[in-house]
Amino acid sequence: MNANPNPDAIPNPGPQSPCARYNVIHETRYAYQSMVTLSQQYLHMTPRSFPYQETESHQIWVDPAEEDGVDGVDYFGNNTRHIAITVPHKTLLVHAEFTVALTPRHNLDKIKGTLPWESLRDAMRQQRSPTTLEAARYLYGSPHISFSRELEDYARLSYTPGRPQLDAALDLTQRIFEDFEFDGKATEISTPLEQVLKGRRGVCQDFAQLMIGCLRSLGLPARYVSGYILTHPPAGQPRMIGADASHAWVSVFCPGLGWVDFDPTNRCLVQCEHITLGWGRDFSDVTPMRGIVLGGGEQDLDVMVTVTPLALDLA
Amino acid sequence: MEVNERMDNQLLANYLASTNSYDEMLDSSGQPRQHWRAMLDSLAADTPDTMRQRFDTVQRQVHENGVTYNVYADAKGTQRAWDLNVLPLILPHAEWREIEAAVIQRATLLNQILGDVYGAQTMLANGLLPPALIHGSAGFLRPAHGIVHKDDVALHFYAIDMARGPDGRWWALADRTQAPSGAGYALENRAIIGRTFPELLRDLKVQPLSGFFSTMRDSLAHWGRLCARNGNVPLRNGEPPLIVLLTTGPYNETYYEQAYLARHLGLPLVEGGDLTVRNGIVWLKALSGLQRVHVIMRRVDDEFCDPLELRTDSALGVPGLTEAARRGNVMVANSLGSSLLESGALLGFLPALCKRLLGEPLKMPSVATWWCGQEAALEQVIEKFDKLVIKPSFSQLRQLAIFGQDLKGDARAAFIAKMRAKPNNYVAQEVVRLSQAPVWQPGASSALSARAIGLRVFACATPNGYVVMPGGLTRVATGPDARVLTMQLGGGSKDTWVQANSVPADAHKPLQRSTTSLDLIRDDTHLSSRMAENLFWFGRHTVRCDNLGRLLRVSLNILFDARSGDKGAEWPTVAALCAWFHLIDVKEPALASAPASAPVPAPAQMQSQMQGQAQDPVQAQRQAQAAEPAPPTVSDAEIEAALLLAVVSPDVPGLARQQQQLYHTASHLRERLSVDNWRALNRMEERGASAGQALSQSEAMTILDDAAASLMTMAGFALDGMTRDLGWRFLSFGRRLERLQFQSIVLQSALEMDADGSLDWLLELSDSIVTYRARYRAQPEWLPVLDLLVLDASNPRSILFQLDGVIESLKKIGRSYGPCGEEQLIPLQQELLALKPETDLYYANPHLIDLLHRINVASEAISEHIGLQFFSYTGDHQHRTKK
Repeated sequence: MNANPNPDAIPNPGPQSPCARYNVIHETRYAYQSMVTLSQQYLHMTPRSFPYQETESHQIWVDPAEEDGVDGVDYFGNNTRHIAITVPHKTLLVHAEFTVALTPRHNLDKIKGTLPWESLRDAMRQQRSPTTLEAARYLYGSPHISFSRELEDYARLSYTPGRPQLDAALDLTQRIFEDFEFDGKATEISTPLEQVLKGRRGVCQDFAQLMIGCLRSLGLPARYVSGYILTHPPAGQPRMIGADASHAWVSVFCPGLGWVDFDPTNRCLVQCEHITLGWGRDFSDVTPMRGIVLGGGEQDLDVMVTVTPLALDLA
Repeated sequence: MEVNERMDNQLLANYLASTNSYDEMLDSSGQPRQHWRAMLDSLAADTPDTMRQRFDTVQRQVHENGVTYNVYADAKGTQRAWDLNVLPLILPHAEWREIEAAVIQRATLLNQILGDVYGAQTMLANGLLPPALIHGSAGFLRPAHGIVHKDDVALHFYAIDMARGPDGRWWALADRTQAPSGAGYALENRAIIGRTFPELLRDLKVQPLSGFFSTMRDSLAHWGRLCARNGNVPLRNGEPPLIVLLTTGPYNETYYEQAYLARHLGLPLVEGGDLTVRNGIVWLKALSGLQRVHVIMRRVDDEFCDPLELRTDSALGVPGLTEAARRGNVMVANSLGSSLLESGALLGFLPALCKRLLGEPLKMPSVATWWCGQEAALEQVIEKFDKLVIKPSFSQLRQLAIFGQDLKGDARAAFIAKMRAKPNNYVAQEVVRLSQAPVWQPGASSALSARAIGLRVFACATPNGYVVMPGGLTRVATGPDARVLTMQLGGGSKDTWVQANSVPADAHKPLQRSTTSLDLIRDDTHLSSRMAENLFWFGRHTVRCDNLGRLLRVSLNILFDARSGDKGAEWPTVAALCAWFHLIDVKEPALASAPASAPVPAPAQMQSQMQGQAQDPVQAQRQAQAAEPAPPTVSDAEIEAALLLAVVSPDVPGLARQQQQLYHTASHLRERLSVDNWRALNRMEERGASAGQALSQSEAMTILDDAAASLMTMAGFALDGMTRDLGWRFLSFGRRLERLQFQSIVLQSALEMDADGSLDWLLELSDSIVTYRARYRAQPEWLPVLDLLVLDASNPRSILFQLDGVIESLKKIGRSYGPCGEEQLIPLQQELLALKPETDLYYANPHLIDLLHRINVASEAISEHIGLQFFSYTGDHQHRTKK
C-alpha cells in the first residue's frame, strides 16, 4: 500500500531509552434498537511504530466475533483492520488494547534555531528533494480542510517575515489555545473550519484541523495526528478507568528535524504523554472506527478510553 | 460540378461554407469532399418530402424506443428525448486510421500514468509530474493506491473528446477515463440511422460497431477469469465469469444508455444495493442465492463506489468494494481512482510523458491548455483572458466552464481573485474553433445548414492492447453558442460513419434489438431480488391499471346513459366499487347500503403501494360500517366529475396515477423490457399526459379504450414475448394475483347487489361479455354468468382460472426455492372445484360470497409471504457509523 515504506525522513535519533510506556484500552460499544444482520467496520485502532514510538503488543477483539478480519496498511502507512460481523446482533463491542514505549523527541532548544518559514514554503514550491515530495502529501486541501484567506490572515500573525519556522509554529499553537475555548457542544465532525474560526470554540479535532488549515494556507505542509493523551487525575485521587478520550494534534514538517508535533489543545510541544495511532491529511483519513451496518435502527454509542502509564524497567 | 448543379436549387441554398473554420462536407473551394458525394447525390435525388419522412422516422424511433437523456435541472421532469440529427458525420478510411492510432497511443499512455500513480509513483519522484497534480488533486483516490491491476490494465474503457481545427487537424479537448458515457448512445444512433439510410451505409462501406462491444465483453471476461482464481470460490467447469454493470439508478443522466448497454452486452444491470461484500468477495444478491461477481463495469463515480472506505455519505456504492478490489477478488472497470486522469491540468504534461514513457511523440496534440497551478501559466492566462475558456481542474469541484470573454468588469476581477486564491483548481484552454457539418432540420426551406460539431471516440482495453470503436458520438452544438458541446445543457448528436477499405458482406445486419427475444431474462441465476420484486410489481400494476380503467369505463357508461333516464338497480353496487377503489369519495351512500353482514372485501389492498403493506381487511370493514350513517349528499354530476378526474389526473387515485406507478416500476426494469414493450408504455403515458383536465364524454372513453388496448398489448408481451423463466414467473404471478383479488372483490359485491340489477356491467368489467354473448345470445342471467366468471377454467377472467394460475406459478417458483405457501390456496381450489353449478351458483349465495372472501384474504397473505421470502433484503436500512 504505502509507496515509500518509511517515508518520514526523520534523522534517526539513534538508540534511545524510552521516556514512557503506556497501556491503552479503547472500547467502543454500540447498542442498536433492532437487529443488525451485517456489520462492516474499517478501523484505524492499531498504533503505528515510528522512531519515537514502538508498539510492544496490540490486539483487537470484537463481540460478537467477526467472520472476516483483515489487517492492512493504508496509503499513509497507518495500520488498518477490516472486520465483518455476520452474526445477527443488537450490541457490538470493539475492544482495542495495546502497549507502546515512547522515546524522547526534540525539545524546545532545538526549535529556536530553525530556518525562516519562507524557505520551507519555497522549497515546497520547487519540489527538488524526496523529503519535500513526501511532505507534499500533506500540503493541499483535503476533505475536512480547505485553505482560505481568513486562515492565512490568522496564521500571519504568528508567521511574521523571517521568523524561524518552528518558533512560529509554537506561537500559533499558543495563540489557538488562548483564542479558542474548548467546548464539546459547539461543533460536530462536519463543522467547517470557517465556522470554527468565527465561533472560536471547538474540540481537539477542530483545533488541530484549524492549525493545519492555517499552515497549508501559507503553503506549508502539516498533518493530522490521531491518538491519545495521558490525563492527570486531581492530586490525591486515583486514575479513573475510562475517563480518557481520543485526542488529535498537529505534525509540522521541518527539513532537518523531520516532523515535529504540536498540540494546540494543550498548548505544548508533544513529548512523552502523547500516544500516536496514525496520521493523515485530516480526520477523515484516520477515523478510528467507521462502518456500515444493515438493520439496527436507532443506535447508542459509548466509548471508553483508559490510558495507563507502565513502569519503564519492564520494557 | 454535376453533384452541385443538381441540388443547388434547394439542398445547399442556405449552407454557408465557413471562412474561418473547417467544413466537414465542403472543401475550401466550396466543392463537396470526395467522401460526401454519395450522400449528397442521394439527398439531391430525394424530394423534400422523403427527407421529412426520414426526419419523422428518426424522431419517432427515438421517441418510441424511449431514448432519453436525464437533465438534472429540468423543471419539467428528468427525461428529455435524445436529440439525433438525421445526417451522419462521415469520415474516410485514411483519416480514421490516423485518429485510431492516436487514440490507441493516448489510451496506452494514460493507462501507464494511472498504473504509476497508483503504484510506484516514479513519475512524481522523477519530476515528470508535479506533486500538486496528484496530491492536490480531488481525483487522487488514496485508498485505491496499491490495487494490483490485472495485466497492468487500469483503464479498461476510454473516451476522448476531439475537435477539428481550421487547418483540418484533430485536437484532443478532454479525456474521459472514469466511466465514459456515450458509447451506448452511439450504438443506438447507428441502429436508428442505419435503418434510415441502409443502402448508403452499405455503399459507403461503413464499419459496423457491434464487434467493438463483443471485444470489450470478451476482454472483461478474460480478466474476470483471472479474478476467479483468487478467493477460494473457483468457477465451475465451463462457467463464465459474472460481469455486472453497476448503475446509479434511473435518475442518472445517462441511465437509458446504461440499461441499453447492459441489454446489448447481456450483463445484469445492478445497483449498489444488489451487491454485497463477504470475506472480501463481491456477491450479487440473486434469487437463487449469492452469486460471485468477478467484474464490475461501473457507471458510479470513484468516490461513491464504497461508503465504507471512500465517501461515507454515498448511498450508491458497495461497502467493502475497495478492499475486495485490493485483494484481487474483483476487477472494477475502470479501476478505482481513474477519474484522476480527467483533469485538464494533465494535458500540458502529456507530450513529455509520451516521449519518456513510450519513446515517441504524442500523435494527437491537445488543445493549448494552461494549468494555473504553475505560476507563470496563471499570469499568462490572466493576460489573454478573452481568448480562453476557464475550467475546473478537477471534475469533483463541480463548476461549469466559463468563457473569459463573457466576464467583464467586476465579475472578471472577482473571478481572477478566486483564481489567484486557489490557482491549482483552474485550467484554461484556448477556445477551439470547431469544425462544422451539415444538419437537416424541418423548416421553411428543405436545405442543409451548418452546425459546429465535436467527436467523442471510444477505446477499450484487451489483453493485447487497445481497440478503437470504428465510429463515435458526434455532438452537435445547438443554439447560437457554438462554443459549447454538452449534453447536459442541451445539444444534439449524429451517427458517425467510418469508412472501411472493405467490409465483410454480412456486416450490416441490423443490430439485434426490438425482437421479443430480448424480453428474455437471459440468465435466471443472476436475477436479483430487487429485479424479481420489480417484475412482480410490474405485473400487478399492469393489471391494476387495466382493472381501474375498466371500472371507470363501466361506471361512466352507466352515468352517461342515465342522463336520458334512470340508472339501473345495479348502480349502487358499481358506485360502491368505485368508492372501494377510491375513485370517488367514500361518502357515496351506496357503500353504506352494503349489508353489514356481508364479508366486505378489502379495497385497501388494491391501493397498497409498492411495498405491499395491505391494510387489514377488518379495518376496511370498520371503515365501511362507520360510513353507514353518512347522508346521501353526492349528486350524479359530482360523481361523474370525480370519475373523469380519476381518468386523467395523477393527483387523485385512479387510472392516471396508477399509470404513473406502472411507469415508475417499469423504469427500474429498463434493460429487462423489450423496445416494443416500451413503445406500448410510452404511448399510453403520452396519451394520458396530452389529455386536458376537463374531459368530454367521448374524450374520456377514447382514453379508456386506448389504455385498455395498450394494456392488452403488454399482456400480449407477457404471454407471448417472454420465456418462462424465473423473472417471467414473478411477473406472471403478480398479474394473476392482482386479477384474482380484483375478480373476487367484484364478484362478492355483485352477489350482494340489488336483485333487479342488470348483469351487463359485471361481464363488461370482467371482459367476458363477448364470450357470454357468443355462447348464450341472450340477456345475462345469474347461473351462466357465475359459471363463466367463477368455474369456467377456460375463461382467463374466471376465479378458477386465476387461482389455478397462481398455484401453478407458486409451484414452479417453489421447484427452485422450496414451498412458497401454495398449500394455503389448495384447499380453496378444492372447495371451488367441489361447487355444483345447479346447487351453488345462485344470486346472493352466502357460502359462495364467503369463499370468495377467503380467496381474497389468502391471496393477500400469499403476496406478503412471497415478499418476505424473496424481496426482503435489508438493503434499505443501511446506517453509517463513524467515530
